Amino acid sequence: MNSNFLALVYLISGCFFILGLKGLTSPATARRGNYLAMGGMALAILATLNSPLISGLGVIIPAVIIGAVIGAVVAKRIEMTAMPQLVAALHSFVGLAAVLVAIGTYLNREAAGALNGVLMGELAAGAVIGAITFTGSLVAFAKLQALVSGAPVNFNGQHWLNLGLAVFIVILAIDFVANDHFVSLVFLTLLAFALGLLLIIPIGGADMPVVISMLNSYSGWAAAATGFTLGNHLLIITGALVGSSGAILSFIMCRAMNRGFISVILGGFGAKEDEEGGGSAVRTAAEKGVNSAGVEDAAFWMGSARKIIVVPGYGMAVAQAQHALKELTESLEAAGAEVKFAIHPVAGRMPGHMNVLLAEADIPYDQVVEMEEINPEFSTADIALVVGANDVTNPAAKDDSSSPIYGMPILDVHKAKQVFVIKRSLRPGYAGVENTLYYLDNCSLVFGDAKEICEGLGSAVRAG
Amino acid sequence: MSETMVAVYVFVLACFIGYWVVWGVTPALHTPLISLTNAISGIIVIGALLVAGSEMGGFAEGSLGFIAVLLATINIVGGFMVTQRMLAMFKKKR
Repeated sequence: MNSNFLALVYLISGCFFILGLKGLTSPATARRGNYLAMGGMALAILATLNSPLISGLGVIIPAVIIGAVIGAVVAKRIEMTAMPQLVAALHSFVGLAAVLVAIGTYLNREAAGALNGVLMGELAAGAVIGAITFTGSLVAFAKLQALVSGAPVNFNGQHWLNLGLAVFIVILAIDFVANDHFVSLVFLTLLAFALGLLLIIPIGGADMPVVISMLNSYSGWAAAATGFTLGNHLLIITGALVGSSGAILSFIMCRAMNRGFISVILGGFGAKEDEEGGGSAVRTAAEKGVNSAGVEDAAFWMGSARKIIVVPGYGMAVAQAQHALKELTESLEAAGAEVKFAIHPVAGRMPGHMNVLLAEADIPYDQVVEMEEINPEFSTADIALVVGANDVTNPAAKDDSSSPIYGMPILDVHKAKQVFVIKRSLRPGYAGVENTLYYLDNCSLVFGDAKEICEGLGSAVRAG
Repeated sequence: MSETMVAVYVFVLACFIGYWVVWGVTPALHTPLISLTNAISGIIVIGALLVAGSEMGGFAEGSLGFIAVLLATINIVGGFMVTQRMLAMFKKKR
């Protein structure tokens, strides 16, 4: 196979990847998009294997078989609530692969006597970006999997330490390029591993959607940097697509939290641990002047409502209440109500997470509406039912300029005629801010486990 | 124009394409978008194959290549399959 033909196949693969992403414009075309991307990947791999650049398959075949089996098993078994962890783990693999390819390519080219300054600079860049992606993603994985606390880790001089590390990495890179010191490449990679770790530990659990998007972006840039070292345009194109995709998602997530990207990166926000027990929730509520309602009361209101908007949050997923919520929805629809689901962009632990969890519970996607589209509808809704969401419904974000979440776009649940919030206790949400919604006259809290309450509401609506 | 400059052209133009295409993705599919971009960033497998299958390669390159191909393959297969699994769940109201 000559090199022009190989380049042509790579170009076709690149086009397939672009069309694949384009398919995600709508759920109707998304699966076709995924197939196109798979086709592009298969083409690229087969063409590479058949090219004269590959002289032996001895190492390759077992690696591909083992990798494919692991990938398939994990993809089949993973819980949808655990998608953020899976994605973080996969990002780390891209990062580590980029590091290994950079070092392997150096050894290859050195043996062939084909090293030059530009190539070595690109190798160093690929190794650094890959290494940061690798350890950064491992930390994100550990936080999401609750192997370590999600709370931000801060210490004095943290940012200066990071800056110092970055400067040292650059100095080592210059030494590597100028003097061909392989040991400098190894050291700068090790320092980049440390930097990746230090960059992610100060970022709290509440900012995880940004972290996931950011590492998604990094993994793309790592692939692009590898493309530069290999002079491979397909890697560059794909890396650029992935890199810009992650960057856009980071931007969307920051905008949805009204936080600057830099302030998220510097970290230290949110993630208070659970301190308050659930037992005395009703009494505490009464003392604080919050209305609480029993399941029967809430079911009675809902049974006669015409329009109900449900606001699910990550608490719904934690309580595994999706399916009970789906049954409640069906009961309400049978009773003549129109039911919609309102999604805040940062609901869940990663962009679009809540949509996947609802889809898994068989809730049709045309019933699930994004924030900007649904907000005008709350004033015409009889009931807003908040299940496991908190900060994204807090009116203080709109009218209290002293609130830490002031300016964050919220779902306007308080505009509904009646609001029911299913909640275990009165403890504040992820941002550690008290929700003023609960003190409004048209809001009642239904205390208890989301799944049990939804089941109770469902059977009460059916009985009534 | 040097090879590196050509690569820079490709890179910058591809960033623009990515920018326009990704803004068109519906927010409902942002999780599948992440898992799909994850799968295609497994394209780094090409670099891994070149290291693993090189005729110059000794034990070091062979080992590095083996691990890199393994990791990238997990990414590709896992990424595409989990994307497929998620997308199959998105249904319209009957």
